[in-house]
Amino acid sequence: MPEMTYSEAINAALREEMQRDPKVYILGEDVGIFGGCFGVTKGLFEEFGPGRVIDTPISETAIIGTSVGAAAAGLRPVPEIMFMDFMAVCLDEVFNQAAKMRYMFGGRAKIPMTVRTVCGAGFGAAAQHSQSLEAWFTHIPGLKVVMPSTPADAKGLLISAIRDNNPVMFIEHKVLYGTSGPVPEGEYTIPLGKADIKREGKDVTIVATSMMVHKALAAAETLAAEGIEVEIVDPRTILPLDKDTILQSVAKTGKLVIVEEAVKFGGFGGEIAAIVTEEAFDLLDAPIKRIGAPFVPVPFSPVLENAYIPSAGSIVNTVKSLG
Amino acid sequence: MSFSKERLLELYKSMVTIRTFEETAAELFANGEIPGFVHLYSGEEATAVGVISQLEPQDYIASTHRGHGHLVARGGDVALMFAELFGRQTGYCKGKGGSMHIADMSLGFLGANGIVGAGLPLAAGAAFACKYQNNNGVAVCFFGDGASNRATFHEALNIASIWKLPVIFVCENNMYGISMSQERHQNITDVADRASAYGIPGISVDGNELFAVYEAAEEAIRRARQGEGPTLMECKTYRYRGHFEGDATVYRCEEELQSWKLKDPINRVKKRMIEMGVFSEEENQAIWAEVKTIVQKGVDFAKNSPLPDEAELVEDVYCD
Ligand SMILES: Cc1ncc(C[n+]2csc(CCOP(=O)(O)OP(=O)(O)O)c2C)c(N)n1
Ligand SMILES: [Mg+2]
Repeated sequence: MPEMTYSEAINAALREEMQRDPKVYILGEDVGIFGGCFGVTKGLFEEFGPGRVIDTPISETAIIGTSVGAAAAGLRPVPEIMFMDFMAVCLDEVFNQAAKMRYMFGGRAKIPMTVRTVCGAGFGAAAQHSQSLEAWFTHIPGLKVVMPSTPADAKGLLISAIRDNNPVMFIEHKVLYGTSGPVPEGEYTIPLGKADIKREGKDVTIVATSMMVHKALAAAETLAAEGIEVEIVDPRTILPLDKDTILQSVAKTGKLVIVEEAVKFGGFGGEIAAIVTEEAFDLLDAPIKRIGAPFVPVPFSPVLENAYIPSAGSIVNTVKSLG
Repeated sequence: MSFSKERLLELYKSMVTIRTFEETAAELFANGEIPGFVHLYSGEEATAVGVISQLEPQDYIASTHRGHGHLVARGGDVALMFAELFGRQTGYCKGKGGSMHIADMSLGFLGANGIVGAGLPLAAGAAFACKYQNNNGVAVCFFGDGASNRATFHEALNIASIWKLPVIFVCENNMYGISMSQERHQNITDVADRASAYGIPGISVDGNELFAVYEAAEEAIRRARQGEGPTLMECKTYRYRGHFEGDATVYRCEEELQSWKLKDPINRVKKRMIEMGVFSEEENQAIWAEVKTIVQKGVDFAKNSPLPDEAELVEDVYCD
């Protein structure tokens, strides 16, 4: 399989879907001539022109609002919100319009819109450009929420998201853009709502999302050297959530650690813990542990930012604490 | 503008249907038969009819919390509307939306909206879809004077102006946003003045005068269809009833209401049609009676319709 970066994989998915379906178009701030703030949409403007790769004013509300209207009218918009933090500016359009139109209208509307946005700390981008806010979106019926951790997942999941007839939040991680990995050749999709076992093991289950999958993989190496075999489950789509794969893994290991980059309090990891407790308490041999960010905004100074982001070391220690 | 007799009667009947629908809904609400919030449109009929009567099947409408009139003017089915107000399974939204979320996608009616000002970007988006698909469609967005202070107004007008979208932004300036009079909520008297900030035409008309609305809308729709871009159109009007049913209207006085009733949009058309010899007072009465029967049938349909099954609670969240 050829190697590709996460960013190239997303770019390839956009290109292929735009070639396949003329109803697909992308819009956002600096996505056209500039190729996107992180370079993800590079080359698309040249290939598809200003009618389908649309530079917008700094108007998040209009970016999402017009996308919802266009989706209701039959198109398949793929708007980009430059940083996930800016979603706060257009939440009404996502929460109260896109997510609810189908239900409010008695199933008589569909909103096939894929919002691409970027989460994550690790760039020194500080409090307003680094958050992981996925839990906001998983609380809203009508949305789907995708958080890919590898180039192959990013490509296959983005294609599925664009073809999905529901509004999808596609959350990329800025630190992952430059990471490489094998990506299958030819057309392929990864279904939304299907987890992936990123490493098999029998002793402890780690459920990790996005960047934290890589932290968990690093921790797993250290732990393996000490004779502890962890199994890493990457939900990939957190809404809908593939509960079965998580429960099956816990049935095997009896122990669960959940790792997310978001602020732990009120984070999505709490939902996973609650589900496992409610549905599979008897499978557990130890209390569930959650690892997430402390209850503070994302700091600027690299020293502080490092302390903020959950580390492989903390995962190792937490796993070991389970005995 | 010259209208055939049939056309005039059609416009008139549409206004009468809106008024009758709304006054009937008011009664039903007062009797405790309609749950939730109901915002009625009585007094503003000329705006909906003057604009919507000129739309084509491929066109779109984004409506507001005060949206019944817009859907009636678009040819919505009053029986399905009442069924929705009553929360019945047979309603437009299977009882899941209610008054504030009535929609009919088959009529390009993108829904009433519980969020003030939310319709502007939605309509711009539908207009974008028309332009993208080159299908000669346009989108109309209704919104209130209060909504013109929202960020969505600015972003939607700006983006529509640079993209030259086929959209008509129709501000129904009824001089209040709930209790806030226009002079208390914005430092202008004509919302249409704001058009100049976006380099698009802005026109302010007497929203209680059907033909004034019609004429302004005709030009705005023509511009949109011919690729000349958006128009901001303001219709000065007044709502007869409270903001929502149950509102005691402490923020306005009876004289103000009465002065507007002297400018009643339906009476004005009626007078003109009688003067023109389009119909007699007798025929006028017959129209009201006919409409009343249709509306009453709609109410009966709604009342006799089944309530939703509890199992439907979790349906229609996602699309396959
Ligand atoms: C974003 C938002 N803010 C506040 C409200 C509460 N609200 C409902 S209607 C309304 C007044 C709207 O005034 P206007 O836009 O002039 O429309 P009108 O009711 O006069 O037709 C308000 C404040 C809301 N529904 N949505
Ligand atoms: Mg108002």
